[in-house]
Amino acid sequence: MIALLLRDLRLAVRSGGGFGLGLAFFLIVAVLVPLGVGPEGGTLGLIAPGILWVAALLACLLSLDRIFALDAEDGSLELLATAPLPLEGAVAVKAVAHWLTTGLPLTLAAPVLGVLLNLPADGYGWLAASLALGTPALSVIGTFGAALTVGLKRGGLLLSLLVLPLYMPTLIFGAEIVRRGAEGMAVATPLALLAGITAGALALLPFAAAAAIRVNLR
Amino acid sequence: MSLWEYANPKKFMQTSAWVLPWVTGLAVLALLGGLVWGFFFTPDDYKQGATVKIIYLHVPAAMMAINAWAMMLVTSLIWLIRRHHVSALAARAAAPIGLTFTLIALATGAIWGQPMWGTWWAWDPRLTAFLILFLFYLGYIALWEAIEDPDTAADLTSVLCLVGSVFAVLSRYAVNFWNQGLHQGASLSLDKEENVSDVYWLPLLLCIAGFVLLFVTLVLLRTRTEIRARRLKALIARERLG
Amino acid sequence: MPDLGKYAVAVLSAYGASLVLILVLVLATIRRGARVRRQLREVEARQGREHG
Repeated sequence: MIALLLRDLRLAVRSGGGFGLGLAFFLIVAVLVPLGVGPEGGTLGLIAPGILWVAALLACLLSLDRIFALDAEDGSLELLATAPLPLEGAVAVKAVAHWLTTGLPLTLAAPVLGVLLNLPADGYGWLAASLALGTPALSVIGTFGAALTVGLKRGGLLLSLLVLPLYMPTLIFGAEIVRRGAEGMAVATPLALLAGITAGALALLPFAAAAAIRVNLR
Repeated sequence: MSLWEYANPKKFMQTSAWVLPWVTGLAVLALLGGLVWGFFFTPDDYKQGATVKIIYLHVPAAMMAINAWAMMLVTSLIWLIRRHHVSALAARAAAPIGLTFTLIALATGAIWGQPMWGTWWAWDPRLTAFLILFLFYLGYIALWEAIEDPDTAADLTSVLCLVGSVFAVLSRYAVNFWNQGLHQGASLSLDKEENVSDVYWLPLLLCIAGFVLLFVTLVLLRTRTEIRARRLKALIARERLG
Repeated sequence: MPDLGKYAVAVLSAYGASLVLILVLVLATIRRGARVRRQLREVEARQGREHG
């Protein structure tokens, strides 16, 4: 499993692997929003939690079709399916690789972008915490979506249509954590719910994704 | 005779052929009866005036929007477990109907809200939940359309329906939480469960029955079409192979 | 027509929109059904002739 993880990480990081693109996109959105909404600090501070979460979500979305595309093209997906490592495990490893190359960098970069968007001081810790807790869910949900559409030639847009509604509960609770935390209110409820979603998704979706890949390989 | 006999396409076509005229007739009677009764012969509400009449469309449509997805969930499970093609096709057939009912629920909900909230759209938890359901329907239909092989499509859309159902329920609770958090106290929902007095209740019941029967009629019709379409595709493929 | 008062536009547009949507759904269903039936008949006739 470690070998698979390292291989996927190496593939993502080398040129053409899209590693920096997610971060660049994240930055661009953080610049676009003030351009669209106006530079007024108060407004930006109010919507910063939501913008940062939506931007992180979209940046995650960008690299999803990559998860299985390369393997599907050169036939290694079939090898993975018939290898001694259970397909569910391979899928989980791919989700982890996606998170390490997308979700984790986003979580680390987010506080910097929070400065650009006038995030209130109390919100920074909660921003990092909510993203750290929620981006794994985004990766594993996205892996499921990628598994569904792996057989399709130009499945990118369809992938977005399928995955974005599944992202909504995570988005709602994640942004809510940052908003409440920034105002000093209690965050226990959304925090617990977000953790629940991530835990449930990590436990169950690899099975659904593996089933989808087997169907697509038939 | 077991219910599973109807999972056989030929049996389904035979049975649905004679059932259809009856269901259609009943649907038309119930719908027309309920709507006419509700529209012309019920009084205005003390608080909401004549807009209460929208209830006869909004509530049944919303109920069926959810029930249609529930039916898709059940038939998807039956396909995954017992591999009855009719089941998979019935799920596919139900989706556009559920989509339309969701749209009706959204439109009537928004229009009903306009006099109450002063705006054509408000992010009320119930309306938002239906908007999300609309997106789930779109995704499901899009996936069916995107995949060539019918059995692969049936499998993948069934898995999507399963996973989607879990997230749809999650979203419902998330959205409740989300709206509550922002607008502490103010309850903007349309409160369709508030005490509906008898004078509205009976025509409403008739409309609900009408929508249920309309759903059944359309699902039967569309499933028959799907069965024929599948046979058509197989015959054309056979031709091409020569 | 009952007196809808100031809510006439709201109520009528709600009913209008809903009925239009139902009509579109029913017509689309019927049209697709008829088209597929016709195509199936044609293909079956064609194949019936070939394999007689």
